[in-house]
Amino acid sequence: MGIITFYPLLYQTWMSFTDFGVQNLRTGAPAPNWVGLDQYFKIFSNDISGIPNFDFWRILAFNLFWAFSNVIIHVILGVAIAILLNTKGLRGRRIYRAIFILPVVIPPIIVATVWRNMFDQTNGAVNLLIAALLRQPPGSVDIAWLTDPGSPIPFFSLLPLSFFALLIANTWLGWPLNAVVATGALQSIPGDLYEAAEMDGAGAWQKFRTVTLPFLRPAMLPYAIYGFVITFNLFYLSYFMTNGGPFGRTELLVTQAYRLVNEQRLYALAAAFSVVMFFILLGLTLVTNRLGKATASYAD
Amino acid sequence: MTTSIARPLAQAAAVTNRRRRRPAWGRQALLQALCLFVTFTVLFPILWILSIALDPRNIARPDSLNIIPPGANLDAFVRAIQRPTENPVSFLELAFNSFKLATSTALVSVAFGVSAAYAFSRLHFRFRQVLMIAVLGVLMLPAVATITPLFVLLNSFKLGTFSLRDSIPGVAMALISGALPFAIWNLKGYLDTIPKDLEEAAAVDGASRNQSFIRIILPLAMPAIAVTAFLGFVAGWTDFYFSWMFLTKPADFTLTMALYGMVGGYAATTPWNVLSAFAILVALPVSLVYLVFQRYIVGGLAVGGVKG
Repeated sequence: MGIITFYPLLYQTWMSFTDFGVQNLRTGAPAPNWVGLDQYFKIFSNDISGIPNFDFWRILAFNLFWAFSNVIIHVILGVAIAILLNTKGLRGRRIYRAIFILPVVIPPIIVATVWRNMFDQTNGAVNLLIAALLRQPPGSVDIAWLTDPGSPIPFFSLLPLSFFALLIANTWLGWPLNAVVATGALQSIPGDLYEAAEMDGAGAWQKFRTVTLPFLRPAMLPYAIYGFVITFNLFYLSYFMTNGGPFGRTELLVTQAYRLVNEQRLYALAAAFSVVMFFILLGLTLVTNRLGKATASYAD
Repeated sequence: MTTSIARPLAQAAAVTNRRRRRPAWGRQALLQALCLFVTFTVLFPILWILSIALDPRNIARPDSLNIIPPGANLDAFVRAIQRPTENPVSFLELAFNSFKLATSTALVSVAFGVSAAYAFSRLHFRFRQVLMIAVLGVLMLPAVATITPLFVLLNSFKLGTFSLRDSIPGVAMALISGALPFAIWNLKGYLDTIPKDLEEAAAVDGASRNQSFIRIILPLAMPAIAVTAFLGFVAGWTDFYFSWMFLTKPADFTLTMALYGMVGGYAATTPWNVLSAFAILVALPVSLVYLVFQRYIVGGLAVGGVKG
């Protein structure tokens, strides 16, 4: 089993040091030439002739920012709504819970396509909704969510408008699962702790901080880390919704790797890319592992 | 003695009762308003999909904010059920295949996951740290990276014409291999929060390790187990990569495969209304399953066995 897992990895590493191209793909074809670290230099110095506007560091920075911002928003929203649903005396709780899980349940490609339709410039639901809220005629609001090359935050050119479109779509998709995990965690909090805190005169915020939060943390932290990894590698939203646009500014590492293999057929370059991605993910794993140990769980 | 305390106590109780009863419905209204707002944001895109599904014009982009377009009918749903794909496989067969994958992923990943999580959480053995980091590392790989190795591995098991790769159990194994690390990790995190004193108390009473696992830990971990099982179910039901890559016999196809098969040639030839109708039909069973799981997730178990 280990051989099956590690052999492709080793093969890929070997590939990354060559100039493996389409001509080397078939069995019995000539072997590729060894070019050493050439492919890696190409990646790090943004020198790939087939792809315009390729900037490895920008993609990496965008990818990290995308993952961080998404996870933070999802966790906060998920916890808040879980607490909302958990308050005593709320009617129709089960119905709400069943409805809130729906985004998770829809197949991802439909999610991406529908949100792309919704952010359409002329007929998209989002623009229509904004126009309706502002009491303007339906055609008047046409924000080019997915194609506007400018950035709404002037000095932070990393985030085009399509980033926010992606953020909204992914948040819609992301908070229900966080809410479900948070609900599971909230159930394990004994009620007497709240009463004890109240008797000591704790206000609502203090109760949350001293009773709820320590119970939430051991449950939410693994899930937040997992959510970070998933968001980091979230292929289908970026590929199907914005297609990496405008001009490749919402590319993630995974979509870029996919393009290198399927569209550009630069197999050796893609192999080098994958090796780089592996080390980035490995670094993230070690960092999050350190972080995971640093939190004190209730039982210690 | 008692009478001198009784009256002030009664008066205090009356005051707090009055204060507690009055704003009950105001608070309820506020909570309901918040919940309804969240419901709206959740449902809006879904209603959008419904609107495309009901629309007889088969357009890719609705041109107004109506939920129910003019001339709405259920044609698309009927067509989705009658002939999901070009292949000779009925909707029920597709659904049953998806169901098999989903339930096996859920059950096996939870069964192995909770046992492994218990071992990681409570037992001390060599290489525990290394194994935990290995589990975490596998978690970080995108699923796409594991397709080729699993393909080769499952392909190597052949008995006559039966190939493990080209079968539902094979795909289930691939899915489980992906769901298991998450299950282990999630459950370990939860099991860590269960105080060890409970098991020690049980051990004092003469319970063996197995007994304390089955009778004490499992019921207490029910919310986390329910969450993990549900996530495993969703992973199996909505899986696309593995079933698309591994299965070739139409009788084995799953619902998501039929869905992706429809999005073949982009905008011009895609039957948007049938696609949307099919998507809704695919999404519904999982919400029903969630309704069932809710009871366990919100188990409301009182953890009060040992503490104070």
